[in-house]
Amino acid sequence: MKNFNYHCAKDSKEASKLSSTNSAFLAGGMTTIPSMKLGLATYKDIIDIKRIKKLAGIKVASKSVIIGSITTHSEVANSKEIKKKIPSLASLAEGIGDPQVRNRGTIGGSIANNDPSADYPSACIALDAIIHTNERKIESSKFFKGMFETALKKGELIEAVEFKIPEKSSYQKYPNPASRYAVVGVYVAKHKSGVNVAITGAKSCVYNDKDLSKVLSSSFSSTALEGMTLNSSDMNSDIHASAEFRASLIVTHAKKAVEAC
Amino acid sequence: MASLVGSRVERKEDKRFLTGKGRYTADINIANQTYAYFVRSPHARAKIKKIDTSKALKASGVVDILTGEHIANDKIGGLIAGWAIRSEDGSEMKCPPNPPLAKDNVNFVGDPIAVIFAESLEEARAASELVKIDYKVLKAITNLSETMNSETIHEGIDKNLCYDWLLGDRQKVKEAFEKADKIIKLDITNNRLVPNAMEPRACVIDYNTASEEITCYTTSQNPHLSRLIMSAFGGVAPEHKLRVVAPDVGGGFGSKINLYNEEIVCSWASKKIERPIKWVAERTESFLTDTHGRDHVTHAELAVTNEGKFLGFKNETIANLGAYARVFGTVTPTYLFGPCATGVYVMPAAYSNVKAVYTNTAPVDAYRGAGRPEATYTIERLVDKAAIELGIDPIEIRKKNFPTEFPFKQTLVHQVDSGDYFAGLEKAKQMSDYDGFASRKKDSEKRGKLRGIGVTTYFEACGIAPSPVVMMLGCGVGLWESAEVRFNPTGQVTVYTGSHSHGQSHQTTFAQIAADELGVPIENVDIVHGDTDKGTFGMGTYGSRSLTVGGIAIVNACKKIVEKGKRVAAKMLEASPEDVEFKDGEFVVAKSNKKKTIGEVAFACYLPGVRDEVKSPLPEGEEPGLKESAFFDPANFSFPAGSHIAEVEIDPETGDVKLDKYTAVDDFGTIVNPIIVEGQVHGGIAQGVGQALTENAEYDETGQLITASYMDYTMPRADNLPNFNLGFTCTKATTNPLGVKGCGEAGAIAAPPTVMNAVINALDGQEIQMPATAEKVWKACKNLKKSNSKAA
Ligand SMILES: Cc1cc2nc3c(=O)[nH]c(=O)nc-3n(C[C@H](O)[C@H](O)[C@H](O)COP(=O)(O)OP(=O)(O)OC[C@H]3O[C@@H](n4cnc5c(N)ncnc54)[C@H](O)[C@@H]3O)c2cc1C
Repeated sequence: MKNFNYHCAKDSKEASKLSSTNSAFLAGGMTTIPSMKLGLATYKDIIDIKRIKKLAGIKVASKSVIIGSITTHSEVANSKEIKKKIPSLASLAEGIGDPQVRNRGTIGGSIANNDPSADYPSACIALDAIIHTNERKIESSKFFKGMFETALKKGELIEAVEFKIPEKSSYQKYPNPASRYAVVGVYVAKHKSGVNVAITGAKSCVYNDKDLSKVLSSSFSSTALEGMTLNSSDMNSDIHASAEFRASLIVTHAKKAVEAC
Repeated sequence: MASLVGSRVERKEDKRFLTGKGRYTADINIANQTYAYFVRSPHARAKIKKIDTSKALKASGVVDILTGEHIANDKIGGLIAGWAIRSEDGSEMKCPPNPPLAKDNVNFVGDPIAVIFAESLEEARAASELVKIDYKVLKAITNLSETMNSETIHEGIDKNLCYDWLLGDRQKVKEAFEKADKIIKLDITNNRLVPNAMEPRACVIDYNTASEEITCYTTSQNPHLSRLIMSAFGGVAPEHKLRVVAPDVGGGFGSKINLYNEEIVCSWASKKIERPIKWVAERTESFLTDTHGRDHVTHAELAVTNEGKFLGFKNETIANLGAYARVFGTVTPTYLFGPCATGVYVMPAAYSNVKAVYTNTAPVDAYRGAGRPEATYTIERLVDKAAIELGIDPIEIRKKNFPTEFPFKQTLVHQVDSGDYFAGLEKAKQMSDYDGFASRKKDSEKRGKLRGIGVTTYFEACGIAPSPVVMMLGCGVGLWESAEVRFNPTGQVTVYTGSHSHGQSHQTTFAQIAADELGVPIENVDIVHGDTDKGTFGMGTYGSRSLTVGGIAIVNACKKIVEKGKRVAAKMLEASPEDVEFKDGEFVVAKSNKKKTIGEVAFACYLPGVRDEVKSPLPEGEEPGLKESAFFDPANFSFPAGSHIAEVEIDPETGDVKLDKYTAVDDFGTIVNPIIVEGQVHGGIAQGVGQALTENAEYDETGQLITASYMDYTMPRADNLPNFNLGFTCTKATTNPLGVKGCGEAGAIAAPPTVMNAVINALDGQEIQMPATAEKVWKACKNLKKSNSKAA
């Protein structure tokens, strides 16, 4: 690892001010630190945001759950409120990585990083999440731009993520047997307005599968998905799963999700 | 006194390991040490045109940078193959030079080219980025099946062929096949594995400029052997000026048998730069440069009668050696593989033909089981296929071909001294509730799942020895083992063993043996190993040989102690030595109550006199002190055997294979410590399940290892494994006084075919190759659906 300057920001404003083209925020460090150790990334400045009080905590409103960006995966997994309001979100968090990763990694870091096989982005899409930053509020559908790419501008800090409470929901993940990231992750959420089926792991970026969402909006049952095949032409293919296999896993896991709702 | 052999003594090692008090090579620091960082080839095959270290040499903290040219100038020798194998046509095998630092050519990704020594690891690593190397990149040869038709990697090694070896009689096999009712054919790959010891390789070198002695702390399974190779072949220092210490070692599985480039380079360099050196592998370096395991492509055939009797067996294998031939690299796919490939069966005619080839991949060498897992996989998959094609129950077809008498002359090499294969299989059948499988299958089907059951009966040849045999087969050294047993004046015992424990719990097992032999409390026995300055010599630990060879050397040294003790006790008790009996730690004169404890005798041996009198307890001509050593070379290998039965449940929607039940019944002869043996079986099965279901080292066509981290290389985890249902049968080995057989590799040998037979059974006999990953299984399930709907 190359040397860097360490800063500990006291509030969002300071964090934002300290940032440059050659800096990173340090939340859980579960992405940043391994990539620095492997020499995949080097930064001049590391800005620790874990002490910023405003970014912490879980709040429940009448129609939504608001999670501070530095909330760890294990905090989400164990939160009584979240388990009650959106149990699928707690179980998603519980399925991330391993205990060490869950005890350090944060929701803000995961979303900002937008790894194509990360779990949280699918929750954002399925639960019509609004990303609160120090500058604005961004709808999820406009937030995830592409592989490791988001709508965040330089120095923009995620402060919280606001999830809409659905009527029913379930997240079903087919984990990579080695890393346990999602080979595919299917988040099904039934809202009053209709059903969202968000898919992670399958393509270069999380997306709302319009076909699956449409079918389930008109008939919310796993039999409605029977025999459905998805176009796999732009899906990922790697040593763990071909595009064709991923396409099949999505349908299988969408069925499982509906059945689990 | 109750015998300790056979009892569940808790591990003496546990306190140290479980409280973080182990002392591993990376824990050792020497004042004024420098840190080594190796510059490695990013290419699988290339010519080195030019190396420019000038900029790096000026970087902060850099002490020195050495390259292949320096090492060649100092005439430091390279790495070697320990076994010379001859081809069928009588020609000697062909091995390329393997210099510790590549000078002209690199042959796999990770091949070391230069080494940087700096005041800190960070500085060494930073400087490595300034070393400029011009390569001419050449086409990498990585496809095993096509290697022999590809460009030559090493000058003068035609077809990339190290040897084309044959064991057995082609003519007899031909005749047997002509008589067969049916010929069962099988094409299999034995997937390449990365050993993945928990502790990465490391070495710390201390050179004493005054005594000119080099001390090399290293992660080795056999420090004496490393010293011998480094001295005799490397020419780094004469043996008496080279001390090799392997302290606590966190797993080896065969990957730490070899002396590696880094140990030679750092030992040599420490003398050159006159500074201590520390090197610890990063995990990526372990993936890239630890010797890998397995990697065979095999075509095998079995000639059978309609009744299921075996008539003959053919085994045509291409084995991947990787870029270079290493210590056990050439013997693993030959004598450790070929003879066992006929399995536990009476096989009237057989041959194994192995072509070992070089590729631009990491060297392949022994990995837990070394050759015997590949052999067992070949025959056990073939036998199951025969059972399917002949419509005979897999257990019945095996029984039809078991030997009924021992010693059993196995077809190709081994004379198996003892065993009872029927008893083991029957016990496994009971313990696994084999007969209840049909109802469990129905139950799975109700839930939309496929269930399969798989059986393996295996034997293996381990306890690798005796010297005359292994040397006749091509081994460059004798494979005996040594022990030294020393009594302190106050009665405690120190045992030096030439075996090395890196997870095998010798401190406990060996102490049980010595305590029993000497009749002293186990707390009073210390086992010392892993330091070339502390014992005469040792051949080390691999091939499940520690107890059957090393343990017996301890027994024999203890027996010598007792013999001397009898002579001394006789003098002390004024009796004749023939009348003295030794039992439970006491020397007793027959038909009397006169006795001395072994502690009293030891004391007398060290203090042979009394005040005011010239009187010695030692008989005339007897030396003072109580210390004996023994070298043991057994009469034969040892032959553990067993029957394993597994059940899997497959989800046809996702291809997920759940290993639901696993029963193992093994015959390891006498069991010294059941806790430790069970642990060895558990670990072995876990690794075998890893090979069957998850693990695969994959290179792309340019020779990059694409599974070079745990993000992609799939180790089995606790949640991939069921509770293991273990049982034992016992036929004692006749070739050693304890009756012990090796147990360290059995699980890894038996598990892959057991699990794969179960998977293939669930898939209605559809062949798939290891590892049975979800996608492969999912595809097979789709085919199954298609063929079922056609049939309907
Ligand atoms: C072994 C392992 C297994 C894993 N398995 C999974 C898995 O199964 N599923 C999964 O989804 N993830 C997995 N992860 C990733 C894990 O969830 C990380 O926690 C996550 O990707 C990053 O979160 P972090 O808090 O650690 O971020 P950091 O590493 O601290 O930061 C990552 C990036 O996000 C930016 N950032 C952080 N916080 C903010 C913020 N508030 N506003 C703006 N930018 C910010 C940083 O600048 C940096 O660029 C795994 C990680 C590891 C190491």
